[in-house]
Amino acid sequence: MSEAEEIVLSELTLEDLYELMKEDLYDGLAAEIVEEVNEALSRGQTPYEVLTYGLVGGMEIVGNDFRDGILFVPEVLMAAKAMKAGMFILRPLLAETGAQKIGSMVIGTIKGDIHDIGKNLVAMMMEGAGFEVFDLGINNSAEAYLEAIAQHNPDILGMSALLTTTMPYMKVVIDTLKEKGIRQDLIVLVGGAPLNEAFAEAIEADAYCRDAAVAVETAKKFMQIRKGVQI
Amino acid sequence: MNVLMDYVEQAGVLVLDGAMGTQLFARGLASGGSPEEWNLTQPERVQDVHRAYVEAGSQIILTNSFGGTRYRLKLHNLQERVVELNRAAAQNACAAAAASDHRVLVAGSMGPTGELLIPMGTMSYEECRAAFAEQARGLVEGGVDILWIETMSDLNEVKAAIEGAREASAEIPICATMSFDTHGRSMMGVTGEQLAQELAGLGLTAIGANCGNNLPDTEAALAAMHTAAPDMVLIAKANAGMPRFEGSKLAYDGTPQVMGAYADRVHRNGVQLIGGCCGSGPEHIHMMRQVLSGEVPVPQVSIAAPAEAAATPAPVRNRERRLRRG
Repeated sequence: MSEAEEIVLSELTLEDLYELMKEDLYDGLAAEIVEEVNEALSRGQTPYEVLTYGLVGGMEIVGNDFRDGILFVPEVLMAAKAMKAGMFILRPLLAETGAQKIGSMVIGTIKGDIHDIGKNLVAMMMEGAGFEVFDLGINNSAEAYLEAIAQHNPDILGMSALLTTTMPYMKVVIDTLKEKGIRQDLIVLVGGAPLNEAFAEAIEADAYCRDAAVAVETAKKFMQIRKGVQI
Repeated sequence: MNVLMDYVEQAGVLVLDGAMGTQLFARGLASGGSPEEWNLTQPERVQDVHRAYVEAGSQIILTNSFGGTRYRLKLHNLQERVVELNRAAAQNACAAAAASDHRVLVAGSMGPTGELLIPMGTMSYEECRAAFAEQARGLVEGGVDILWIETMSDLNEVKAAIEGAREASAEIPICATMSFDTHGRSMMGVTGEQLAQELAGLGLTAIGANCGNNLPDTEAALAAMHTAAPDMVLIAKANAGMPRFEGSKLAYDGTPQVMGAYADRVHRNGVQLIGGCCGSGPEHIHMMRQVLSGEVPVPQVSIAAPAEAAATPAPVRNRERRLRRG
């Protein structure tokens, strides 16, 4: 391959800068994303603009190619790492400027299950889409979910399982929410390799999300309904 | 020639067992509890599952040690008891095999660590290899005939597991299967062809596919392996369809008839080690054994045709970089 020409960030148009961010995100280049986020901010772009036109725009393409079987988990994880590097700069700025949050979510992998790849992708993509995300990590009991719900008062509860042996525990958590009388206060989204829509319906979750991109779309849709009703 | 090859050549086709987890739930394992801990706390119930499979006709049974690496056991604060729990798992299966009136080999199940290797995650290749070596040591001490690496997604994790297994025993036959559950590939994007190409030279006795989320994709991956490594003994241990709740119970779409027809078809396509994974119980295994031995005719049920095998390498990305990075 011929020598690639050197890109000088400061010489790019704003449009090309965002284009480059999307491409570097797609290729999982974390250090490059950091440079580009800083460059965009130095040009007077708001943190929200950088998030939306650069990072979220880029992750949307990654999400679509993941859904379509063009990218697989390794590539998506590297893209998510690059996104995280960018978010590390943007997050405090977004908090300072009081950018509007779409909603909030408590998310965690279910008790007995340590698989968190899919769950991490969902957390990342949700944050990228403007949700406030509280990630409880792996191996969460019903009590752990309840505690986090009491603390953060989220709009959405997300649960993940990779094993057929752990997925039934989602029903235990939902049944506990019902017992405590808080099931109707929450949008419950579930996901993981062995799940499907019928399973989500049977355990009385609000929706099954096949992948991270679908999770974001579904969460947005439910938030619209929820806000519409509340206002 | 090893004990597994010997049995395969003698019998032509061997029937494996079905799911362990769902059988333990049926015997009272709490949702979220540690199946591996039961090897010591409820050995008679674990043996009862093995016995049910042996009586159904299983010729190879897998130990209750799928989550038996320290990474998985940490979840239940059992990470310091890896060798002890795996040894007990092997002993439970060996007890059931010894009591059988037909020949039964015991395979030590080794599932994924659940961790990601560097650079995707934080686990080094060496840590991964050491974790599998530790598990394999317990299984070998407990008397397994085979080490059985299964439900893998990442080829490098499989390689680390093979090295770890080999460290535990220089001669023991080792088998490895991956789960093809994402567009006909493993979660990490590995195709059946890649599995065969990358693993065939590593001294394995058999390779194959297990778990997965549908029979056609698993079958397609096996066909690709067969093409890439025609001399390799192949394993099919597929899920009986997908899980769903029936009332408060988990049930699967795949009936014993479906699994029986499936067993016949994969056998005709060159697979010699055939069993079930999630959703298959002793009744499925019994039907598969009877169909394969010709005792009952192949059930006339329609099962989906094999899917198109996923192509190696990955499909072309839909974007060409417009701005080249130096």
